[in-house]
Amino acid sequence: MTAPGGHQLVNLTIEGRPVSVPAGTSILEAAKTAGVLIPHYCYHPGLPVAGSCRMCLVHVEKSPKLMPSCATAVAEGQVVQVHEPRADEARKGVLEMLLINHPLDCPICDKSGECELQDFTYQEGPAHSRLRDPKRFNAAEDFGGDVLYVANRCILCTRCVRFMESVHQDAVLNVSERGDRAVIGRTEGGDLARPWAGNVVDVCPVGALLSKDFLNKARVWELDRAASICTGCSQGCNIMIETRDTSVVRLKPRPNPDVNAFFMCDHGRLDYRWMNRQDRCAAPATGAGESDWDSAVTAAADALEGRRAHIVASASLDNEVFWLLGRVAKKTGGTVAFAVPTGPEAPLPGARDLALRADRVANATGAGLLGAARKDDPFAGVGPGDALVIADLDPAGVPVSALEAAGAVVWLGTVHPGSLSKLNAALPVANVAECEGTLTNLRGRVQRHLQARPAPGMARPAWSALADILMALGEEAGYQTAEEAFAAMAAAVPAFTGMTYATIGLRGAVVASSAEGAP
Amino acid sequence: MGYPHKPHPRETPVISKHFGDPEARSLAGWKARGGYRALEQALAMPPAAVIDVVKNSGLRGRGGAGFPTGLKWSFMKQDDGKPHYLCCNADESEPGTFKDREIMRWTPHALVEGCAIGAYAIGAQRTYIYIRGEFTEPIRAMEAAVAEAYAAGLIGGNAMGTGKQVDIHVHKGAGAYICGEETALMNSIEGRRGNPRVKPPFPAVSGLFAQPTTINNVETLTAVPHILNNGAEWYKAMSLSNPKSTGTKLFSACGNIAKPGNYEVVMGFPFRDFLYDLCGGPLPGRKFKAVIPGGSSVPIQTMAEAEATLMDYEGFVAQGSMLGSGGAIVLDDAQSMPRMIARLTRFYAHESCAQCTQCREGTAWTTKILDRIVAGHGTFEDLDTLLSIADNMTGKTICVLSDSCATPVVSGIQKFRDEFEALIAGRRSSTVAMGGHAVARAGASA
Amino acid sequence: MSAHAEDARYEPVFVGERRKRLDVILERYPTKQAALLPALWMVQEARGWVSEDAMAEVGAALGITQAYVKGVVTFYTMYHQHPVGKYFIQVCTTTPCLCSGADKVVDAFLDHTGCKELGLTSPDGKYTVIEVECLGACGFATPVQVNADTIENVTAEKVPEILAGLK
Repeated sequence: MTAPGGHQLVNLTIEGRPVSVPAGTSILEAAKTAGVLIPHYCYHPGLPVAGSCRMCLVHVEKSPKLMPSCATAVAEGQVVQVHEPRADEARKGVLEMLLINHPLDCPICDKSGECELQDFTYQEGPAHSRLRDPKRFNAAEDFGGDVLYVANRCILCTRCVRFMESVHQDAVLNVSERGDRAVIGRTEGGDLARPWAGNVVDVCPVGALLSKDFLNKARVWELDRAASICTGCSQGCNIMIETRDTSVVRLKPRPNPDVNAFFMCDHGRLDYRWMNRQDRCAAPATGAGESDWDSAVTAAADALEGRRAHIVASASLDNEVFWLLGRVAKKTGGTVAFAVPTGPEAPLPGARDLALRADRVANATGAGLLGAARKDDPFAGVGPGDALVIADLDPAGVPVSALEAAGAVVWLGTVHPGSLSKLNAALPVANVAECEGTLTNLRGRVQRHLQARPAPGMARPAWSALADILMALGEEAGYQTAEEAFAAMAAAVPAFTGMTYATIGLRGAVVASSAEGAP
Repeated sequence: MGYPHKPHPRETPVISKHFGDPEARSLAGWKARGGYRALEQALAMPPAAVIDVVKNSGLRGRGGAGFPTGLKWSFMKQDDGKPHYLCCNADESEPGTFKDREIMRWTPHALVEGCAIGAYAIGAQRTYIYIRGEFTEPIRAMEAAVAEAYAAGLIGGNAMGTGKQVDIHVHKGAGAYICGEETALMNSIEGRRGNPRVKPPFPAVSGLFAQPTTINNVETLTAVPHILNNGAEWYKAMSLSNPKSTGTKLFSACGNIAKPGNYEVVMGFPFRDFLYDLCGGPLPGRKFKAVIPGGSSVPIQTMAEAEATLMDYEGFVAQGSMLGSGGAIVLDDAQSMPRMIARLTRFYAHESCAQCTQCREGTAWTTKILDRIVAGHGTFEDLDTLLSIADNMTGKTICVLSDSCATPVVSGIQKFRDEFEALIAGRRSSTVAMGGHAVARAGASA
Repeated sequence: MSAHAEDARYEPVFVGERRKRLDVILERYPTKQAALLPALWMVQEARGWVSEDAMAEVGAALGITQAYVKGVVTFYTMYHQHPVGKYFIQVCTTTPCLCSGADKVVDAFLDHTGCKELGLTSPDGKYTVIEVECLGACGFATPVQVNADTIENVTAEKVPEILAGLK
């Protein structure tokens, strides 16, 4: 539906509403721009068109037959009716056919509540089935990876097959057999333990392909959702964090054509349990033990007084946090450094510039733009004149030698520091699911994440804790919200000039110096 | 292998003239019977002139749709710099139809010649003759003929010494009725499941290997050399009724009839005479009850309709059916219409490619209901349900397999409702064979 | 594609003469994948059926996945997905043959071969009988295909004689 420049616009009417779309657009996509959702199953904007479910049939004036709106291009002056008696009857007929062999086991189906078969049946399907004969039965099958196939619920839309074939470009799924014996098949040894295979669960419009991780965990209508960014690597896939009560139970990709199309990788998708960790740092502390926030902030400022800040931070922390850490470093004549854990890169071949990146952190680019240095050993060179500031790292990863060498230690952590040999102040901070902020992906795209669950105990967003420390050090940093902190950063740092939370929106914006798509 | 019958005096053997003559199968024998003169003539003409002759002859596709052949050929853009392909549809799988089988068995060189002329006319460097896998004998005959034609330099990189490339290959199917649908056939050649493609794009724009492609039936291509040899006017003059239906046509007859087989008659021949005279009428002591005249996918005719029919494209339509592939399935008064129709829908359920919802589910559901009615467990409501399902299956899918399954159900219930109702009411007709054999295992293939 | 293809117990089909034949076939098409149906036929001729290992081998030879090959194999009913009897007997029972008594021909084959059930192989491994959809020889009802040969005008009475000819 992207229209390269100079594409001619075509004018048509859909359900009485005039629309203008680029030539070559399908009626189905054109209808979306008119605010009309034409029911469909096999069509998915991220996949090649199949035109086979026949659910999206619409009436096009002067055409003797109903037309599949997903596979019919718009034409000038076309008059399209979605809710016209013949088209309504045809779609009702398709729904009846899809349901005759369907087990109708919604009460035990994970898809219930976000199932397109349920939705469209409720919207315009038949109220009763006329089937008087036994239903077809096929056994459920573990497809490997995170995927379970429940064949009885399958409507053979082939979205999963087309995803694996055209997008993953690793055709391990097929349609096997013919007629009503057809099922989604695979071969011995050819399972879905593949980097991006979990997306078949998302593209499946019904409860046929399920996440084993999410199996029987929650009813989807009990879930709360917040837009966020995956921190599994530097790609910055847009995601939805889904919580039940206050626990994160599922991550889902959130479409963004500029970053991750409709997809996310299994590495990122299944890596969320840390968000629910129980060993959290929930109360501030000074060297003398648990305290209130004011005492801890004062202890931290005292530790920095007269010492260079040697700051080592997680490169998945927000831009706002790196900016404030940079200010602490500047105030004390210190440095900010970070290490980047890496892993094998796993591209999604059918999508543009999308991969599980080797850098398994979310904000190395932002950290770099904000003056932090990437180092193999960011703890190297800590001396007695330094205050070691550790921002959102695991205590197990902090070398004892660095603690011993440092003149003072300040802990800003999501997890409890445990018994560090030296600790002047510990400030409990929120993790990415618990606060608002922005991250900059490897292409320089600044993207917002929203809060999905409450922070534990007395934990506060890291930007807020740092703002307090800066003020205790005599700096101007009276920000009440993440947005204010971001605005101050945008005013101060040229790469972010002109950006606001409003202009970034939920699709992100690219930093000034970085041309998108450049390596 | 059985020899065909001697032509009936009222037949007009053109294509079938050499059926049963084993010598016509070899290249030498075929040449002695006038073979390859038409190809030689064609190669000396501009392609557009060849297309004009075919256009003027009025030849229409013999595979079922009846589309004018010359017009179809003219859709191929000459000199567009793209590879062009010709596909010969020899996937003859329509129940009741077995004419192409006999053409390939007896006169394989006629088809090679027809393909070569067609390929030249549309600028196709390559032709694939797609023969259904079950046709083992026709495949052997065609492969031998193609090899002979290559060896003699009639086709190949320098066909008949003209410098034109005319390559022909036999491609063997593997058991799928739907591959007779033109785009399914192309997918099958490309090494895919035989799924029909969404159209547009049409084959002349993007067909085999996404290149401009024309697809013609065996009988259509076999008629072409005769048209070139004898002229368009000769062919056009062979028409007994509607001038839009020209030439001769091989009609097949099978089922409950005295002399089943292939008969070549001029378009417009009276169907009544065909059934009672050429084919010898019903079996002893029986009466005809119904005819499915154009292969199993066309509406069933009552005998009153059949006997009033003139055998051409328009004539069958005028009597509630279609010419289709020209294969007549004749059923007599010993047959149960519901049982015969149930077996037909089972065929379609077995052959549905599984893409479109209405077809995948509808063909199977229809069969379940019909089987239940035949088994004596039907309800009157079932008939309404069948008609409603048939309506959902008609005109709404990628190809017409779904429609083809619905057609005999609708026409069968409309025209023979009493037989369905008798079964539902528990009154099996004593004169009708119901058969005790369980025709189960729709998916039974090893 | 699959570990099976490298399995020592699996003997590749496309070696020697058969590999050369495949290469000749490949030249007929602009894509490698187009040789899939011919390649599968070669496998079946050589092995009698198409195993998953063979699908992996074909896929590797043509640059497609084993799963893709399997999707194609399961589409076409003539490819055997498991071993069949020495004589694979297919009786056409579609309407034109059914109305000519094909059901009785099927019963006769099941009785006389000892197969008992459609799709099963007789205990001696000699026969497998299936019903097949329209063989395209409706005027010669009932046509029966035994391996690559078609026998026309078969009636239940002729079945013992036909089977005797196979021994």
